Amino acid sequence: MTQTRPAPQDDPAKVAEFEARIAAGQSIEPKDWMPERYRRQLIRMMSQHAHSEIVGMLPEGNWITRAPSLRRKISLIAKVQDEAGHGLYIYCGTETLGVDRAELIQQLLDGTAKYSSIFNYPTLSWADIGVIGWFVDGAAIVNQTVLAKASYGPYARAMIRICKEENFHKRQGYEIVATLANGTPAQKAMVQDAVNRWWWPSLMMFGPSDANSPNTAELIKWKVKRKTNDELRQRFVNQTVPQAAAVNLTLPDPDLAYDEETDSWKFGRIDWDEFNQVLRGNGPCNRERLAARRTAHDEGAWVREAASAYAAKQRAKQASEAA
Amino acid sequence: MSGPLDPAQSVAEQAAAIPDDGQWPVWEVFTQSEEGAPHEHAGSVHATDAEHALQNARDVYARRGEVISLWVVPSAAITASTRGDAGPFFDPGADKAYRHPQFYKVPRGVRGL
Repeated sequence: MTQTRPAPQDDPAKVAEFEARIAAGQSIEPKDWMPERYRRQLIRMMSQHAHSEIVGMLPEGNWITRAPSLRRKISLIAKVQDEAGHGLYIYCGTETLGVDRAELIQQLLDGTAKYSSIFNYPTLSWADIGVIGWFVDGAAIVNQTVLAKASYGPYARAMIRICKEENFHKRQGYEIVATLANGTPAQKAMVQDAVNRWWWPSLMMFGPSDANSPNTAELIKWKVKRKTNDELRQRFVNQTVPQAAAVNLTLPDPDLAYDEETDSWKFGRIDWDEFNQVLRGNGPCNRERLAARRTAHDEGAWVREAASAYAAKQRAKQASEAA
Repeated sequence: MSGPLDPAQSVAEQAAAIPDDGQWPVWEVFTQSEEGAPHEHAGSVHATDAEHALQNARDVYARRGEVISLWVVPSAAITASTRGDAGPFFDPGADKAYRHPQFYKVPRGVRGL
């Protein structure tokens, strides 16, 4: 995106005033003065977040026609529809920073925008749908609960709206997992396999470790982020370990161990090479996801054209009635 | 954002005047959560016209029965005060302590005031 271009020099007096407002816990609103770098960081973060919601519809959409019951199917459709809505909430928030949604969507379709690495993994079995709700939405909630206190008002408000809706996503996922875990040996094996495949990519969702996260310090200073990637990852691990134990599933990490001193679960080394490969476009499904997104956009063109034509017709009708 | 359309144009010309990339004008959405509650700003949608904006707003901001009424307003139609001018702009209201009940002394023991 625009990261390589240096931000124009901001007036130091205005920056000081801005940082004093942040320090005082004030919320920054669209028309307020803000450092160019703050604006750019927010556009980067928020557009990536919005893209993730939209691309996140694809792995789950894969299972709508094959959901095992009507109850499961209506839940999954509602969840996928929510993800579309969440994408729109965040795009609309991003637009308040002076960018066009069409421009952001074009970046996604061109393959120049990033989105969460997790959605480049395949959904191989029905159990994956349960595990995605439990892990992926669970991780998203941990992240978004903190972003709901972000200093940029429109982003924080979009997060509050999303968090309210996403708790259903996590619970429907865990219900699927618990049902399979208490099912036949084959069902139990299927859900354990899904857990084994999704655990590590879910931990990667929180982003690079703090030592390798160049943006973190600045984002924390400006209260866009309120916790570091590693803090949030640890929070997710601590809440998930007992949930796995409750349904007799194991997490695929031999180093997972409770540490009394920190009251936390220590976990093994994350494979950051894999993370970087997926981010660079070499994950199992990167090409497939973008191709599906482009096809959906192209196949929806007639709907957009029809809406424009209908509106024009209505206007012409009103104009001739008024004449 | 497209401006007002010229009624003298043909339907086809008018349709062509609206960008077909989904980048229709932005409408701000206000939702009312229950009878008697105020309408509050919820976010925005892109739409070709007011009716379309209402339908999009329903799909995006009212999926769970949490809304009983919606307003949509073209974003371009909203005029807002700016933070930069807030000081002098709101100043006339800032120094009138006598507009607050705490300004007035009441003899000890008097109730219902």
